[in-house]
Order: sequence, then C-alpha cells, then structure tokens
Amino acid sequence: MIIRQRPLHRIRSCEITPKAAFDDRRRVLRALGLGGLAATMPAALTMGLPGRADAAWRPTQGKALSGTPHPRYNAKVLGEDPAPLEVVGSYNNFYEFGTGKGDPAENAGSLKTTPWTIKVEGAVEKPGTYDVDDLIRADDIEDRVYRFRCVEAWSMVVPWLGVPLAKIIRRLGPTSKARYVYFETLFDPDQMPGQRRPVLEWPYKEGLRLDEAMNPLTLFAVGVHGQVLPNQNGAPVRLIVPWKYGFKSIKSIVLMRFVEQQPPTSWSVANGREYGFYSNVNPDVSHPRWSQATEKKIGQNNIFGLPIRQPTLMFNGYEEEVAGLYAGMDLKKFY
Amino acid sequence: MNKDTRPASFLTSAAAKPLVHAACLAPLVWLVWLGVDGRFGPNPAEFINRYTGDWAIRFLLIALAVTPLRGITGLAAVMRFRRMLGLYAFFYALLHVTSYVALDQYFAWAAIWRDILKRNYITVGMLALTILTALAVTSPKAMVKRMGGRNWQRLHRLVYVAAVATPIHFFMMRKGFQIEPLIYGAVAGLLLAWRAGAWIRARAQGRARAAARAA
Repeated sequence: MIIRQRPLHRIRSCEITPKAAFDDRRRVLRALGLGGLAATMPAALTMGLPGRADAAWRPTQGKALSGTPHPRYNAKVLGEDPAPLEVVGSYNNFYEFGTGKGDPAENAGSLKTTPWTIKVEGAVEKPGTYDVDDLIRADDIEDRVYRFRCVEAWSMVVPWLGVPLAKIIRRLGPTSKARYVYFETLFDPDQMPGQRRPVLEWPYKEGLRLDEAMNPLTLFAVGVHGQVLPNQNGAPVRLIVPWKYGFKSIKSIVLMRFVEQQPPTSWSVANGREYGFYSNVNPDVSHPRWSQATEKKIGQNNIFGLPIRQPTLMFNGYEEEVAGLYAGMDLKKFY
Repeated sequence: MNKDTRPASFLTSAAAKPLVHAACLAPLVWLVWLGVDGRFGPNPAEFINRYTGDWAIRFLLIALAVTPLRGITGLAAVMRFRRMLGLYAFFYALLHVTSYVALDQYFAWAAIWRDILKRNYITVGMLALTILTALAVTSPKAMVKRMGGRNWQRLHRLVYVAAVATPIHFFMMRKGFQIEPLIYGAVAGLLLAWRAGAWIRARAQGRARAAARAA
C-alpha cells in the first residue's frame, strides 16, 4: 500500500491570511524595543531550537488565537459541523478535575497555566526545560478540524489550533535511540484536586511510538475554536492524536521523554486488558465495556435533540494517513 | 418485642404513606425540572442514565435497610413501607434501563442483545433488573396468597442477589479506581451482614430451645 505524505503546508500563512492584527503586534513590539529581548534570553532558548520566532504567541485565556487553516482538515472537506465551544468545553474526561463530565469545566479554574514549562529529556540532542511560549511558534500554529473519538463510544468534531508535533520533535533532535516518546501531565493536587483520589496512578502518563508522534496528523494543540485552550480541555498544551481513542491525547503536558522501550501508559497500567498501548480507533476490535462499532456524535443532534449515532470508521477515518504505520501488525493483538 | 413506640404513631398515621410517596418521587420531579431547565448537558442519555441508576441503587439499599431498622429500633411500623420502597427501586431501575434502550441505543435491539451477552457489567445489571422485575410482579398481596408464603419468601430472597449485583454493576461500569461504587457496595455488605448475623442468632436460639426441650 502506498501512503502518500501530504506536505504540511501547501500555503504559508502569510500568503493567505492578511493578519493585520498579528503584524501590528509585532510592529508595536519592535517600536517598544522589545525585539532586543531575544538577545537577553538564555542560550538554550535562542540557539535556534524551539527558539522564539517572535514574541509570545499566547494571549490570555478566552482571547482570540488564530492559525493557518488546513487545506484538508477543515469542516468543509470533512463535511461535518464542529461541536460548539460550549459543548467542547463542558463535556470532558479530565479525571484530574473529577470523574463527572461536567467536573473539569467546574473545577479546572485552579489550574495555573502561566508560566508553563515542559521538560524535555532522554534520547534527544537538545534536552532542557522549555517555556511553552518558546516551544510553540506562532507561525507554526494551524487550524485543523478533526474527528475526536472517545473510547466511551462518543465523538465530537473539534476545530483545534496546534502545531504538528513533528516540527517540534525535529527541532529537539531525537537520537537514534529514541523509539518512543513518553508524556506526563502535571502532578499537583493543589491545582488538580482530582489527583487526591486514586482513580488512576498519577501523574497521567501517555506514550507514542516515535513514528506515530512524527505523523503529520499528530498535533501539539494549544487552542480550540479560535481561542486558547480552556483549562478543562488540557491547557496550555495537549496532544491530539485523532486516529486513537481520546485518552491517548494527554492533556496539560509537562514532560516529554524520548525513550528506547515502550513506556507505561496510565490506562494500560490501570487495566491492560481493556486499554492497550496503541488504542487505535477500530470498529472491529470491541472493547470489553463498549462496542466500538458505532459512536454518538456529541454536538450533532437528531430531531429529538439527542446526539446522532453513526458507524465508527477505521482509524477514525484517518486510515489513508496512518494505516501504513501498522502494516503487518495484528491490530486485534496490538489493540 | 416490636411494640409501637411514640415515633410509630407518625409511621402508622394516614399521612405517612403519601409523604413517603412524595419523597420517593422527588428525584424524578427534580430530573424533569433539570430537563425543562436544559441542564442535561450535551449527552442527555448519559445524564439521565446515571441519574436514574444512582436512584435505583439508593432505593434498593433503602428498601433493604427497612428490616434491619425494625430489628435494631423495634419499630414494627417501618415494615409498612418496605414494599413500596422496593417498588421504587424497581421503578428507577426501569427508568435507568429504559433510558439506555431508548435514549442511548435508540432501540437497536440487536446491539442491545449483544451488549447484554458480551459486556459483563450489562449482564450483571440485567440480572439485577430481571430479579427486581420478578419481585415487583409478585409484590401484590394476592400474589403472596397465590404462591404460598413459603415460595413467595424464597423468591423474594433473590433481592439479596440483586443487592450484590447492583454495586458490582456500578463498580464495573466506572473506569479506574473509584470510591463511589465501593461505598454503595459497603452499605449493601453491611445490610446483608446484619441479616446473616440475625439468621445465625435465630438458629443458635432455636438450637438452645430444642436442647432445653430435650433435656
């Protein structure tokens, strides 16, 4: 099978969107002489790696954030309407803030996302502790509408703003020993009160094979619906791996470790029979709790005001992009 | 034993039953209000399903607490409410399953049947519902007469199986390690342990009496 790799950018952002506000901000900063700020920054930050392309990209929460619309991953091509922001921000599984769907929206106010650093370690050329504002470059932020499929047999269409993780990984330079990337969520029960209960082994852990992490679909998401990620959605930065069940898309990331061996993941540690390392969306591999053959589309209602039920697609509809990653693998065994 | 004391005068009054009915229907009224007020959230089926499931297990445990309550307090009058409390447990369990069949599965009977056979927590839940249905159907006094007290009692002891199955169903349904189903399980365990204790005491007393007669 031939897997075509699409270029990440067919069009550069500056060519298609007249970002008046964006340029204006830069001019203002220059005028204020803040451009010189870069010179005062620690070497690790300016040595070209995640490096600061321009001043901080991150506006305060609730303020507008924009990205280059993706030519393929948009609502028009997908042919489906995204779930509204009220839905995306009110129906969440984020057990760090409680196990009810409404708990994260209610309790996540205690999470402090500024400043926020991500520790990068392991088999990588440029380890260090990076400020998320430096790791993400404004120019790299894309607007992509993806299907999001939870293992609980519901799904949403979500317009994420994020940077392809591959771009960040390439800058960090994984060594030949790096075969997997391991991620951790923040552990701080004061900010994440749900961590006072032993629902899972905290901090939340996730992992991807390096080639999965480098797949052009995989995002480091920083926003949704044209604004900075609400806390309950995993602010300030979360993974989005649209062909895998939602729990793989770890939220509020503070650690990235490049490793040789397959890392442990929270749900596979809690219940390995039900949650595998791969956890690719697969309607043919039924979960012990939920048939995965169909899904309820939260945010797309029928005439009774209830979410419609639709057949689930192999790899959540991203078969063309990712099937090659698993060529020759028995997906019933590596679930 | 079981002489009615002062609180019993309320329990035996004509106003008691309507008040208990009102209390038992209050969760349903609240649910309807939440719906009218648009507070079911983006997945109403899940909200209604969890809400009615919570109340089904609560009423089951409340009904199971009636006999120990009489044993401990000596208030025989509480027994008037046992059947209706059990029927409310069935009522909320029925709403719980109806919400799954209608609002979650949209009457996809083939998928529902596969779920019952394949998903252990649903199998266990359906076992509890089957038991509660059998007990509800045989709950009128006429049925006690028709079946004979002994058979009726034998059948109704199945409620102990439901009392074990329901918290297990709840525990299996929750992901990760969660406290709430364990609390319900612990309460069910206490209520059953009280019965086991009472049964052992009664047997020991019976033996002692038989021994006394023999001597």
